[in-house]
Amino acid sequence: MTTIPQGAGSVRDRSTTETSTDDAKPSLPPPVVWADERLGVAKGMGLFKKVFPDHWSFLLGEIAMYSMIICLITGTFLTFWFVPSMAHVVYDGSYVPLKGVGMSEAYASTLDISFDIKGGLLIRQLHHWAALLFIVGIALHVARVFFTGAFRKPRELNWVIGTVLSLLAIIEGFAGYSLPDDLLSGTGIRAMNGFMSSAPVIGTYLTFFVFGGEFPGESIIPRLYIAHVLLLPALLVGLFAVHIFLVFWHKHTQYPGPGRTNNNVVGFPLLPVYTAKAGGFFFIVFGLTALISATVTINAVWAYGPYDPAQVTAGSQPDFYMWFSDGALRLLPGFMEFELWGFTFSPQIFLGSLVLLPLVWIILGAYPFIEQWVTGDKREHHLLDRPRNAPVRTAIGTAGISMYLVLALATINDIIAIKLHLSINDITVALRVLFFLAPVVAFMVTKRLCLSLQRADRELVLHGTESGRIQRTADGRFYEVHEDLSEYDRWPLVQHEPMRPLSVTEESETDEYGVDRPRGIAYKARRALSEFYFKDRVEPVTPAEVAAAHHHGEAEALPGGHAEALEESHAEEHASLRSDDRH
Amino acid sequence: MSKLAAYRRSPIALIVLLFLGLTFTGTAYAALQPTAPADGAVASATASDDVEEGKKLFLANCASCHGTNAEGKTGINTAGPSLVGVGSAAVDFQVGTGRMPMAAPGVQAAEKPVVFTDKEIEQLGIFIDSLGPGPQVPDAQYIDLVNADIANGGKIFRTNCAMCHNSSAQGGALTRGKFAPDLMNVEPKHLYEAMLTGPQSMPVFNDHTITPQEKEDVIAFIKNIEEGGNDFGGHTLGSVGPAGDALFIWTIGIGLLIAAAIWLGRKAA
Repeated sequence: MTTIPQGAGSVRDRSTTETSTDDAKPSLPPPVVWADERLGVAKGMGLFKKVFPDHWSFLLGEIAMYSMIICLITGTFLTFWFVPSMAHVVYDGSYVPLKGVGMSEAYASTLDISFDIKGGLLIRQLHHWAALLFIVGIALHVARVFFTGAFRKPRELNWVIGTVLSLLAIIEGFAGYSLPDDLLSGTGIRAMNGFMSSAPVIGTYLTFFVFGGEFPGESIIPRLYIAHVLLLPALLVGLFAVHIFLVFWHKHTQYPGPGRTNNNVVGFPLLPVYTAKAGGFFFIVFGLTALISATVTINAVWAYGPYDPAQVTAGSQPDFYMWFSDGALRLLPGFMEFELWGFTFSPQIFLGSLVLLPLVWIILGAYPFIEQWVTGDKREHHLLDRPRNAPVRTAIGTAGISMYLVLALATINDIIAIKLHLSINDITVALRVLFFLAPVVAFMVTKRLCLSLQRADRELVLHGTESGRIQRTADGRFYEVHEDLSEYDRWPLVQHEPMRPLSVTEESETDEYGVDRPRGIAYKARRALSEFYFKDRVEPVTPAEVAAAHHHGEAEALPGGHAEALEESHAEEHASLRSDDRH
Repeated sequence: MSKLAAYRRSPIALIVLLFLGLTFTGTAYAALQPTAPADGAVASATASDDVEEGKKLFLANCASCHGTNAEGKTGINTAGPSLVGVGSAAVDFQVGTGRMPMAAPGVQAAEKPVVFTDKEIEQLGIFIDSLGPGPQVPDAQYIDLVNADIANGGKIFRTNCAMCHNSSAQGGALTRGKFAPDLMNVEPKHLYEAMLTGPQSMPVFNDHTITPQEKEDVIAFIKNIEEGGNDFGGHTLGSVGPAGDALFIWTIGIGLLIAAAIWLGRKAA
């Protein structure tokens, strides 16, 4: 026992079970033993036994994670050459169309990275494409978590951390694409300047504080630079570490399936399977991002020219993650501006920027708590919902996405106008209407689709699949034989809990004399919302229903009752299944 | 079950139907869409007097909107501005790029195949010049792009042109369906004339605001883009800025990664 290193409790435990005779020699490689003697790393080995379930949609968050890592690596490379200064220089690099043109050092150094530093353009493009993929990955990951209900207890806090991460990610992106100080990004900074100025009362002070004086001044690029390379990455990486730690701590959610319960995780351990899969996926993401960056241009800063407040280019759009805000500005009517006591108020800008941006993330962050309040469900959930089994939540999600998309499309109203030969005015009017109409339509269509899919599931469970086999009965009638699902196929379709409104699960609003019960406003609101969520529902199939369907499923299709023999054989076949269901 | 009914249930039936529907719609559109009059009313060019010939061409092709004396007309479908004093540069641009005669009244005359010969365009120009003095077709020395300064042209372009035509000269939208066209594959002569005469919604940049040499610089800047002088780092995605990037990353970009994720998710441990 004396040779067993200190602090290697887990090793000691294992060695007694695995090698009972020779427990003096732990079967670990020398480097691990060496490290354990000094750092106690063997305690952490338990981490590698964590089990993760397999599903491609669980990799969407990994796309975001790996893109962030690519950004960190390539960003470090770029800092070696980028000069975050607005000092004036005359360009004398190898890009001819800008030779002899006056510009800031930031823009000149970006051109140098693009044209005169070996591999610079590839790394720049890798950085930018990875940044876009980072946010695409986040968006899809958020959608996956939302639609499967993975934000439910105990993961509400991690959802909030995730929403903060997504907000930080887009601010980080904005700060990053503003740095080159080209004509397009300068226009973006000018827009940001406008957003801040629209804040009532404090607007002007705010812009002077941030810009160090009048726009553009000489401070904004160095300040955005520090935010982009130090402040925001530190927050992002720090919060991300908490985010991923909580994934380990809570254990990963899983889709419903045979053998999967709220109390287990069915999948593969981190070592060796998931380290190989996840590690391999990093190289796939890096490789594909590199392939894209080597073949497709992004943000051709040289084509825009240096920023000059007197110039602007047609087709000025921010990167896609800021579109919804820019689009809101394009849709808000200009007549909202008014003057009061000699001051100008600009709600048409204020609402689309300083109000909209925080509002979107507050709603996003608050959703799990709202849903929990409505359902009153305080239990832990580790099994994911199939989106169709939560029709109203799914419909709320698609309605929100449709609203977001309408705003985002408004940002490219000019591009749509020239590419589709439409009038930009008509597009704007149409999108204004759609902003209110699209979410309603999306909500209703999605909810109906979900309910229909649930009914289709019911149908499938109760009557099985069409086998394509036609049988003829003794008296000459024909019918198609339906094959019952196997219990493995059936389980995911029947495992979910029925969600019922408070009007069903709790006592009625009036007492036995027909008098309204005294209720608080909060309870009434909760009751109304519960009705909104669960009034229209399709109950999951119960074991009794499955049994009943087997008893007279085929007999119904055969009026006259000439199929007793058939029915009996089916009943025998499924007797064992029914008893299993009751377990 | 008949054969047709069996095919109807095939998984590719939807794709075949979609294909047939698209083909039918496309063919019907191609067959029924309004086209520009192709006759062109080519006049015989035997007359010695260019003004006379130009006037004949004008009366046959332009007078219905611009009036028989080019004095301009107002009307629902036949409104045209007066052409007195617009000069042969305007004629050369409008007719030489096919914008005039218009196929149909609309918010903006669209570029289309030219219906006149160079000689006829010249004769039309001479006739318009005879009505009053105006800007002339540029000298060859300002459109040969020899000794043009691309960087200076870029500066002038970004200050005066980019807000409508886009900094990469890819075009942009204006109000109510009007647009600033993309400037790729336009003859230097026509670029020059457009700056000089300010066709349609475009402002006039006369020789005082942008000198002939500066106009040549601007043309050289545009030609440099056209010849691929800005194409670094791979496919340009149409040079429309972040809109192209967004379309790419949300379709092909993330599509590739999701395909990889699905492949990895299915792969047995």
